[in-house]
Amino acid sequence: MKFIGYKRNDGSVGTRNYVGVLSTVVCANEVARAIAAQVHGAVAFSHQQGCCQTPPDLKRVTDTLCAVGTNPNLHSVLLVSLGCEGTDLVRVARTISESGRNVETIVIQEEGGAALTTAKGVLLAQQMASEASRLHREPCDSKNIVLGLKCGSSDTTSGLSSNPALGVTVEKLIQEGATVIIGEITEIIGAEHIFASRAKDPETAEKIMALVERMENRAKAVGADMRGGQPTPGNIAGGLTTIEEKSLGAIAKAGHATVQDVYEYGCKPKTKGLVLMDSPGREPEILTGLAAAGANVIAFTTGRGAPQGFPFVPVIKITGNEKTWNHLRDHMDLSVSGVMSGELTLEQAGELMYAKIEETASGALTRAELSGYVQAMDIYVTGPVI
Amino acid sequence: MKRDAIAIKPEDNVGTAIRDLPAGVTARVGIGEEVVPVPLVEDIPYGHKLAIHAIEKGENVLKYGEVIGRASCTIEQGAHVHVHNVESLRGRGDLPRNP
Repeated sequence: MKFIGYKRNDGSVGTRNYVGVLSTVVCANEVARAIAAQVHGAVAFSHQQGCCQTPPDLKRVTDTLCAVGTNPNLHSVLLVSLGCEGTDLVRVARTISESGRNVETIVIQEEGGAALTTAKGVLLAQQMASEASRLHREPCDSKNIVLGLKCGSSDTTSGLSSNPALGVTVEKLIQEGATVIIGEITEIIGAEHIFASRAKDPETAEKIMALVERMENRAKAVGADMRGGQPTPGNIAGGLTTIEEKSLGAIAKAGHATVQDVYEYGCKPKTKGLVLMDSPGREPEILTGLAAAGANVIAFTTGRGAPQGFPFVPVIKITGNEKTWNHLRDHMDLSVSGVMSGELTLEQAGELMYAKIEETASGALTRAELSGYVQAMDIYVTGPVI
Repeated sequence: MKRDAIAIKPEDNVGTAIRDLPAGVTARVGIGEEVVPVPLVEDIPYGHKLAIHAIEKGENVLKYGEVIGRASCTIEQGAHVHVHNVESLRGRGDLPRNP
C-alpha cells in the first residue's frame, strides 16, 4: 500500500493531522467541545470518566489519555482540565510532551470558568492549528499502517461478505508489514479455541484464553451467562447453527493471520502483524481503545448500519447489505453487497476494501468525518463509580 | 457468473445461501473464483447452509475453513444443514438446559 501521511517525531505516521482538544475529566467536556467548535483543524475528545473512581480505574483513565494524546493522527494537544479531577494531569501532559508533540494545558478552575477558559483555549488551539497546517504529507507504505478492526450492528451479510472480505484485506496488509488490532473479546466467545490455535506460541494462546475467561467472569459476577442461549433464537432463525459459527463470522475480519501478541486495553502493540486487545464491543469504548493503541485508520463492518466514528481516526464503514448501503447514505463508505448478490468474490471485495483504506489513509474523508458523527466516546473502565 | 450460495474457504463442506433457494434447483455455489453446481434436495432459506457434498454422521462441518460443529446424522448433498443435524462442540442455544 502506498499512501501519503504525516511523519511524527516518535516514528509513527498519521493519516490525519489534527490538534486534539482532550478533556481530562467529564466535567471539562463542555469546554473542550466549545474550543474545538471554534477552531478549524481542532477536534475534541471527551468521555465520562476521571472522577470518583477506584485507583485502578483512575490509572486506566490516565493511561488511556496518555495513549490517545499520542495517537499518530494528532499533531499537537490541548488538555482541558477542571482542576480537581482524579486523572493524573501532570503525567498525561508529560507523556504527550515526551512524544515530541506540543502540548498545552488549561484548567477551568484556575482560568475562572468556562467562558474564560474557552477563550484562552481557542487562542492556543488556533496557534497549534496554524502550525499543524504547515506540515505536509509524505510518501509512506503499509508498514506505517495501524489498522483497527470493528464489526457492529451485524446481520447475515456480516459473516458472509464484509467480515471475510476484510479478512482478505487484513492478510494482505499484514504480509506487507502493517499492524492490525482486533478487540471485541465478547465476539470471540465460542471460537476462542480456534482463535488461540492461530497464536504465535502456546504462551500467546494462553493469554487469549485468559482474556476471554476474564470477560466471561466479569459478566458472571453480575449474573449474566454469556455462553448459554447462544446462538440466540433470532440467530438460529437467520441461519446460524452454533456459537462457533457465530463467533467465526466475527473473527473472520482478521482472516487467518497469526496472533502475535495480546494486549490490555489501550496499549500500543510492540509488534507488527495481528494483535488482540482487550475491549468490549461497544463503539465509544473500543474506538477509543483502538485510538489509544495507535490505530491511524479503522475498518468497521456493519450489517444494519452503525453510524459512530471517532474524532481523529477515520472509521471506514463497510456493509454487505445493499439495503443499508442505499438507505443510510450519510454513514456508509463502501458496499460489498456484490458478494451477497453473487457478482463479487470475497477476494475482489477484499481488494475494494484495500483500495478504500489506501485512499482514506491519504486523506479521503469518511462519512463519519463528513457528518461529524464522532462525539460519543468513552474510556473502558471496569470498576464501580464511587 | 452469478452465485446462489457461497463457501468462504475451499475446505468448507457447506455453502451459505445468499437468496432463498427452493428444493429441486441446482444451486451455483461460489468457492473462490470457481462455481460448483449442487442439486438441492431441500429448501434452503437465505442465510442458511446447504451441504456441498454428503456429510457422514460424526463428520466435522467446516465453514471459514474451521470446524463449526459435527453432523449428528448423515446429511445428503444439497440438504439443509442446521440445528436439526449439526451438534455444536461448545454448547447450543436451542436445547433446554440439563436439569
